[in-house]
Order: sequence, then structure tokens, then C-alpha cells
Amino acid sequence: MPEVTIGLWCIAGFLGTGVLGAVLGRHAVATPLVYGTAMCVALAAVLLALEVLLGAAPATSLVLPIGLPGLGAHFRLDALAAFFMLVVNFGAAAASLYAIGYGRHEKAPLRVLPFYGPFLAAMNLVLLAADAFTFLLSWELMSLASWTLVVSNHRQSANIRAGFIYLLMASFGTLCLLLTFGLLSNATGDFTFERMRAAGSSETVVAMATLLALVGAGSKAGLVPLHVWLPLAHPAAPSHVSALLSGVMTKVGVYGFMRIVFDVIGDLSPWAGLVVVVAGGATAVLGVLYAVMQRDLKRLLAYSTVENIGIIFIGLGLALAFRADGQAPAAALALTAALFHVLNHSVFKSLLFFGAGAVQSATGERDMEKLGGLVHRMPQTAVVFLIGCMSIAALPPLNGFVSEWMTFQAILLSPQLTPWGLKFAVPAVGAMLALAAALAGACFVKAFGVVFLSRPRSPAAANATEVDGFALTAMLMLAWVCVVAGTLPGFVIDALHPVTRALAGSALPTQAGVPWLSIVPIAESRSSYNGLIVFFFLIASGSMTALVVHRLASRRTRKSPAWDCGYPLDSPITQYSSASFAMPIRRVFGTVVFGVHETVDMPRPGEMRAGHYRLRVRDPAWRYLYGPLARLVLRSAHKLNRLQFLTIRRYLALVFAALIVLMLVVAAWR
Amino acid sequence: MALTIDLPLQLLQITFLLAIAPLIVGITRKVRARLLCRRGPPLVQPYLDIWKLMHKDAVVADNASWVYRRAPYMIFAATWVAAGLIPTYATGLLFSWSADLIAVIALLGTARFALALAGMDVGTAFGGIGSSREMMIASLAEPAMLLISFAVALIAGTTQLSAIASLFSTGDVGVRVSLGLALLALIVVGIAENARIPVDNPATHLELTMVHEAMILEYSGRHLAVIEAAAQLKLVLYFSLIACLFAPFGMATGEKTALALVVGLVTFVLKLVVLAVLLPIAETTVAKMRVFRYPAFVGSAFAAAALAVFLRFVSRGF
Repeated sequence: MPEVTIGLWCIAGFLGTGVLGAVLGRHAVATPLVYGTAMCVALAAVLLALEVLLGAAPATSLVLPIGLPGLGAHFRLDALAAFFMLVVNFGAAAASLYAIGYGRHEKAPLRVLPFYGPFLAAMNLVLLAADAFTFLLSWELMSLASWTLVVSNHRQSANIRAGFIYLLMASFGTLCLLLTFGLLSNATGDFTFERMRAAGSSETVVAMATLLALVGAGSKAGLVPLHVWLPLAHPAAPSHVSALLSGVMTKVGVYGFMRIVFDVIGDLSPWAGLVVVVAGGATAVLGVLYAVMQRDLKRLLAYSTVENIGIIFIGLGLALAFRADGQAPAAALALTAALFHVLNHSVFKSLLFFGAGAVQSATGERDMEKLGGLVHRMPQTAVVFLIGCMSIAALPPLNGFVSEWMTFQAILLSPQLTPWGLKFAVPAVGAMLALAAALAGACFVKAFGVVFLSRPRSPAAANATEVDGFALTAMLMLAWVCVVAGTLPGFVIDALHPVTRALAGSALPTQAGVPWLSIVPIAESRSSYNGLIVFFFLIASGSMTALVVHRLASRRTRKSPAWDCGYPLDSPITQYSSASFAMPIRRVFGTVVFGVHETVDMPRPGEMRAGHYRLRVRDPAWRYLYGPLARLVLRSAHKLNRLQFLTIRRYLALVFAALIVLMLVVAAWR
Repeated sequence: MALTIDLPLQLLQITFLLAIAPLIVGITRKVRARLLCRRGPPLVQPYLDIWKLMHKDAVVADNASWVYRRAPYMIFAATWVAAGLIPTYATGLLFSWSADLIAVIALLGTARFALALAGMDVGTAFGGIGSSREMMIASLAEPAMLLISFAVALIAGTTQLSAIASLFSTGDVGVRVSLGLALLALIVVGIAENARIPVDNPATHLELTMVHEAMILEYSGRHLAVIEAAAQLKLVLYFSLIACLFAPFGMATGEKTALALVVGLVTFVLKLVVLAVLLPIAETTVAKMRVFRYPAFVGSAFAAAALAVFLRFVSRGF
């Protein structure tokens, strides 16, 4: 059986779990059964993807006689699809394992179980689709299935609003993709990717199609300013679905962009790379700045996804620019960095969302101002969450650092680029990436420090208990992947060879043979990094120091109340909180970026009323883009409302006028 | 080259840095005291302090977690590994290729991450204030540091510190505008990252102005000793980074003969001493800044480094 057929069977399996969930939803057995089956199917798909990717198998395709008449449904499984299939299904397997335990807390399983399988199926279907119709249909199915999961907890009005905005943005994104495909198929009227690739288009059409694809796929991935739905919708869903939305579905958005721009469009001017790089840089910095300001743990994670998507798009943009400039090895480096980050982010973001879900099921809270001290109550979750935080903050020796390091190396190659616009933009984007990396550190010190360290800020946090074994196993597995991918990155880079060879026309040198398992992206004289040795040195020097100090000096420890400069304050509200931790960064960047509004109402001496402090931080995308847009729509709708109450004569006149105008347009067009 | 020669040379580097770090801090304190017309503590006082702290009981707050107790060793290990990877007296040491300049900066980030978490662990206001401010400073200092590394790497065509040092020590690179800007930025970042005046005051416990000291306020005994040792190592790390990038003269770059190594070692110590004397001179001429003036100070480093990178992108001549 060709690989693509097996892939389709996996998709059928996912759909089957959806049916299972719908039929058995009311029984207690449904949760473990549905998630268990979904996990097995996802693991099978992971194996399939690994076989295609590592075995460098040739692409297989299949045409099913369903879909539009005369078109059929085309499917194809090549290296790019296989890589993303690996990412999607690995995340899906982990989320399903996690949900076997976590799903028991679900109050209305019938609102989640029937849609979980179709959501996974739709994401896989997008990856396999090889014609525009199937692609768009799967894309919409993915949006709708995830929308049902977002609004599964429908009793909170915020979730309904999140679902509405998500639906709006998703349909806008699909509209853009529809137009992209329309432009690309214009020459032939054929909707298969293969024919579109072969047909080629004029430069203007290609430029427009690229921009539309960036907007359309970028709205799913979360590029600024199209990210607004993401921090609303991702936290609203149950945590394992949040992990899938943030860790995996955004990657399908990235895949959509890559499939259209790298594969179907192919030849591009370097300017496309410039646009993508700048969009990525802005997304990275703004995303992490918003993330630092959040007090809702899951929303913080969702904004951090925006940042990471920015980093991925920086890599993609550089790859486009290098490729257009005829520098295949550099393009391969940038592309490898981006894809490696795709993998890394899907792993550690899933891990972090699982951790947030564990915190939520243990305490019932997502608000960081009511958490704290969980390291004592949930010790194992704390360890894996810490590993996730360190990975996402790009700290060596974990995996987040490797992909960021490779992106930096790609930026350092970019003075070779010839177009002037890129010469100006790339250093600025490099500075943005550096800024984003540092702010991510601050963001995750805050996330871990406020939630897991310090003293509990509410009784719920003080009485939390550790989560179940399934959830812990899932998190532990992802944490291991973070460590292994960080210490042995060479294997991941080698596995990406078929993808970069297909899309960038070149691949990085094979890393497997490099002595000591270092990674050498270009040449040893230029740069090399060895995660394994750094990891070993850190562990060795740390434990050696501890041993020496304990043996040769003192090992006595005394417990005592906190010192706190002699005036320890009992109340936990005297600690630094989420808002106060972010305050210096808010002061530095906030006034410009966020239009932060603080009001302090301090009682005068002698007055007996309470003081008040109010802080408002608004996402500028709402203030400057969506707010005015929404107001414009409302105002024009209000104006147009009068059209509802016209006489029949006026309606007829209106129809006639419209006809005349349309005919004039057509006449002018000819 | 034979492992029997290479391994001892690498070991010499890491132990030497560890051994000399307290002395360098002792020199800065002595010079500073002299400039303030005091006699100051003896040069070996930092060694004695660490010895004393090591042998005291560690007093740990009741609600401290394992993070609090492991963090000092993590900070120390990350700083030590980072310091061990910077060429000091010779280039091309055994493990010099295992991490480049970007990785060294990120390792310092790992140390900072652990330190900031340790500050938040006990849940006191001071620990939080320190961590929060440290991360604010770092959010500008770390990108500045990365941009400095970009500027240098774009000139040298590599991010490997050993290769950069060998190239720069030949003198072929000459005097460049971007290098000057990078040096300026590196000095500012070094001051901010090592908690020196005007950003932080290592000698004060005046609560509302301190950053580094606030984070480690709860620490005592061996934990404090290890953190102090890490802070001293970090100062030496920045000194050797400045020496390696901007004054790599005298390093044993080629054949590792005994003479070359001794010359390298002596010149390295001399460079450290010169920097250790210059630092307090600079410190005594300025006043400590208010907290919210830091962004302008550290941001200037960011801007200078960004300018240096930009110049390199636009023209090869700078």
C-alpha cells in the first residue's frame, strides 16, 4: 500500500474516534476509549511520517473520485507533508495521552469527544491535500472542528466571544487563501497543485498571491496583526485542545504558507522574503511583549505562541530571500532553522499548555495572581514545566536554543544578500529577534516564578494536588524530547534533509558524521555548537561543585523563617505578583507599544478609604486596527439599515441602478 | 594534537579562571577604597570571605523549595562553563568549538534564569523586586550582547571565539568604527550585567536601589559562597571577553610551545589587572542611577551595537 493511502486510513481512524465519541459520549468509558484510540492512530501516523522522512521515500499520490465533478480529490505525501505530519501527530499523540487523565474532569464530554477526532483528521487532511479544493475544504473543516472545541465551555460569555472572533478571522483567512488559489490557477483553470506549479504566473500575480497567502495562512498561524483571535481562543478550549491549537494547528498554518509559497509558487523575487522577514520580526517582538503583560497563564502561553511563530517566519523569510538570491546552502540553513523551530515549538508549547492544564485542574485557576507555591504541591509538574520554560526561553542545553542559534547563524549569513532592502531590514530583524529572545526569558521567569515558586496567593493554590499519571507521563515524554532534541540536534537536522532539498534546492552538510556529535551548519571554521558537551559540562561542574562544597566545607542546613531584610511580612499579597513582575518592562516598552493606562487613587493622610490602582493594557491591534474597523462596520451597517425600509419603487430603482453600474464596470474592464 | 597536552591546557584554563576571580575582585575593591581615601580590605579578602561562608551553616527559609537549593550550583555551573569557553591565554583549546559566542551569551542567560527564579522562590518582596529588575535589565542587555556578537562575527566571518581571537590578534583587521561601537556597548553591558555602578551597587544593601543583592538576600552559608564565586567569575568572564575580542595580543594562537603559553598567561593576567584597575576608576567618577534611568543607559548599548551591525551590513569598510 502506498504511504499516502496509509495516511488516509489514519485520517479515517481519527474520524472513527469522532463517531465513537458521539455514540458513547455519555458513558464513562468514552473518554479513555476515544483518547486511547486517537493516541494509537496518531502514533501510527507518526511512524508513517518517520518512515517517509527518514527513508527518503519518493512522494506518493492518490486521486479519489470524490469532491468536485471532474476534479476528484488529490492527495500527496511528500517530505514536507511528512515532516508536518510528524509534528501534528506527535503533538496529537501526546495530547491524547494527556487527555486520558485530564478528560475525566470534563463536565460535558459530549461537547468535546465527537469533535476531537475530526479536528485531528482535518489537520492531517490539510497536509495531504494536493489540490486547492481539497485543501480549502480540509482547512475549513479544521477551523470548524477547532471552533466547536473552543466554544465547548459555552457557559462563559468570554468563550462565546472568543469563538465568534475566531470564526471571523478563520473565514477571513480562508477567503484570502481562496483568492490565492484563484490567482494561481488563473492561467489554466486547473486546481491541482501540480498543474499550478507547472503553469507559472506573471510577476504581479505571483506577488499578489504571495501576499494573500501570507495573510491567509498567517491568520491561522498568528502573525501580527492577525493574531487577535489566538490569545482569546486558545485559552478557552480544554487544555489538551489548547495545546493542539497552539502547538500544532498554528504549525498547519505555517505548512499552508510553505506549501503555497515555497512549493506551488516556487520562483519569487527577493522582495517576498523581505516582507516575510519583517512580518516575522514584528510578530516576534510584539508577541512576547504582550505575553509578558498577561496575568492569565494560558493567555500568556498563547501570546508566546505568537512570538514563536514570528521566529519561524523570520527563518522562512530568510530562506525565501536566500533562495531568490541563488544562495541555496544559506537558504537550506534558514529553512532548517525554521523547521527545527516548528518541531521544537510544537513540543514545548504542548508541554507548557499541559502544565497549565494541570495547574488549572488542580486549583481551578488560570489567573497567576491567585497561584503560587505549586512547586511544593505539584513537584513533578513543576519539574517538567521548568524544562518547558527553559526550552522556550532558548536556554542551552535545551532544544529551543538550537533552533534560535541556527536562525542567528542564518542572519549572520545575510550580508551576502544583494538586494538593498534586505541589507537594511535584516539587521533590524536580527535586533528584534535578539530582543524577543531576551524578553522570552523574562516572560518565562515570570510564568514559572509566579505560578510555581513563591508563596500561595489563594487557598486553592495552597491545597492543590498533583495531577494523574497519564498527564504526567505525557508531560514527561515531551520534556524528554526537549532535552534530547537539544543535546542531539544533529539527528533532527539530518532528518530534515529531504524537506530542505526539495524546497531550498540544497541541504545542510550531514551532521551524523561530525565528531563528538556537534552541529556544524556551514563549516567548522564558521560556527559549531555541541549541546551534548554543554549539557554534560553543566551537569558535571554543577554536581562536582556541590559535592566538593558538601564534602570539604559545610553541609549543615538550618530551617528558619524568611529573612526579608528583617521585616518578613506574612500576607502573601506582599510578594511580587504577575503584574508587579512585569511592571519594569511595562514601564520601558509599554507606554509606547501598549498605550498602558495606569490610574492610582491614593487616599490622603487621614482619609479612611481604601486606595485603588487600576491598570489597563490593551493590545494595540485592537486599538488601532480592529476597533476602528468594527466601528466602521457598525456605522455603515447602521446607515445601510435604512435600506430595509424602502418602498417597492425605490427597490426597483436600486436594482436598476446596480445593473447599470455593473454593466458600466464590465464595459470599462473590456 | 595529543589529548595529553590538550586536556591539561583546557583544565588549566578553567581552574585558573576560578582561582584568579576572587583576586580580581579584591583588586577592584582595593583600588576603589584607595580612590575613596580608605585603606580597604586586603587583596585576599574575597578568598577569605568565600572560605568563611563555605564553613557556615546554610540558613534556608522554611518555604524554600529545591529550586532555591539547586539554583546556586546551576548559576555557578553555567557561569563557569561559559567562562571556560572564552579564550584567555590561548586559542584552539580542546573544547573551544563546543560552543560559540552566541552560546556563551545564552549560557549566561541560563545562569540569570536560575538566579531570577531563586530570587522569587521564597516569596518575599525583595526577592521579587530583584528578579523583576534583573530581567528588565537583561531584556535590554542580552540583545545588546547578541548584537555585539553579530558585529564581531560579521567582521571575523565566524562566531567561534577562538577563530575570532586568532584573527584579531594578527592585527589585520585594523581599527574599525563598528568595532569601536561594539567595544563601547560591551563595556556598558558588562557594567550592567555585573551589577556595578551606575546600574547597581555591589557594596550596598540599601533595599530599594539594589538588584543583584536583592535576589540573593535570603541566601547564606555555602549557597551564598557559591553565588558570590559565580558573580566573581562573571566579572572575570566579561574582562576576558573584552580582552579576547578587543585586545587579543599575546595569546598563544599558533603552536602551543611552553614559551607561548607562559607569555599568553602573563599577558592575560596583566590585561585582567588593567581592567580591574580601570573599572573602579570609572565607577568612582559616576553616581548610581535611578532604576528607571537604566533603560536609557543599557539601551544606548543596544543602539550602539545595532549601529555597529548595521554598518557592517551596509558596507564592508566599516
